[in-house]
Amino acid sequence: MSTIIQEIEKAQLKAEKPVFGVGDTVKVHVRVIEGGKERIQIFEGVVIAKRHDSNRETFIVRKISHGIGVERTFLLNSPRVAKVEAIRKGKVRRAKLFYLRDKIGKAARIKEAR
Amino acid sequence: MINSILGRKVGMTQVFAEDGTVVPVTVVQAGPVVVTQLLGEAKEGYTAVQVGFEEVNAKRVNKPDAGQFTKAGVTPRRFIREFRMDSTADMQVGQEVKVDIFKAGDKISVTGTSKGKGFAGAVKRYHFKGGPASHGSTVHRKPQSGGATDAARTFKGSRRPGRMGGETVTVQGLSIVKVDAEKNLLLIKGAVPGATGGMVTVCIMD
Repeated sequence: MSTIIQEIEKAQLKAEKPVFGVGDTVKVHVRVIEGGKERIQIFEGVVIAKRHDSNRETFIVRKISHGIGVERTFLLNSPRVAKVEAIRKGKVRRAKLFYLRDKIGKAARIKEAR
Repeated sequence: MINSILGRKVGMTQVFAEDGTVVPVTVVQAGPVVVTQLLGEAKEGYTAVQVGFEEVNAKRVNKPDAGQFTKAGVTPRRFIREFRMDSTADMQVGQEVKVDIFKAGDKISVTGTSKGKGFAGAVKRYHFKGGPASHGSTVHRKPQSGGATDAARTFKGSRRPGRMGGETVTVQGLSIVKVDAEKNLLLIKGAVPGATGGMVTVCIMD
């Protein structure tokens, strides 16, 4: 890839990259604009995948909402993602936790990393 | 004022808009172009400005072009193009034109040479539907009928397989997302004709 494009993409990156890994439970602070007003909405769940690709870097957060699994993909460098807080470190053995989709309740737990 | 510039396609990427939406952009390294001649109604019969783009070794320039550059008193350039104008009163030979003639939000048209596809079938070239893939079908991607039978010949211009791509293509209604005057870069929303590294003309639409 051309260095020009690399520079453009680098300029889009956040100054401070949020630190969290796959398996961690995170609180994603999302900027929501409603009726001209801006507020912060929190999406809390387990990071089940990360995709690294310069300014296109994304991560998927999964949570169970009212008994239904909800997954949301966030662009890490998007200005809409205000903050990502890691609240619990997870101990996992793989990079993509898509197997969690087939597990319910107790089976879908992740051990805490010590 | 001049409303066009020449540049080279650098490639595509994406940038975030202020509200956080993702905008797909094509990066074009455009200009600076230098004015090599002013064409007028009196002599040439039309009003235009001739510009040269991209400095090049003098050995790469043919004699007619070299003559143009010597007359204008500028270093040799790889491309010479003319842009029609209403008036060239505010232009002068040797003047440099940079990307700062554009600003974010401008509606533009971009002209380039499309990627060559070689000898392509009618399905790819003209979006024919083709035949069934299975159920005993032996006609998969054939163009089928060549036209009416009572004419006893095929009409000219009927759509058949053949060379595709490598043509001059203009895309209108694109918009400028960002202008980087320091690095001579234009960020254009959407795709632009041609391969990475290809020469493109960017023009402000009225």
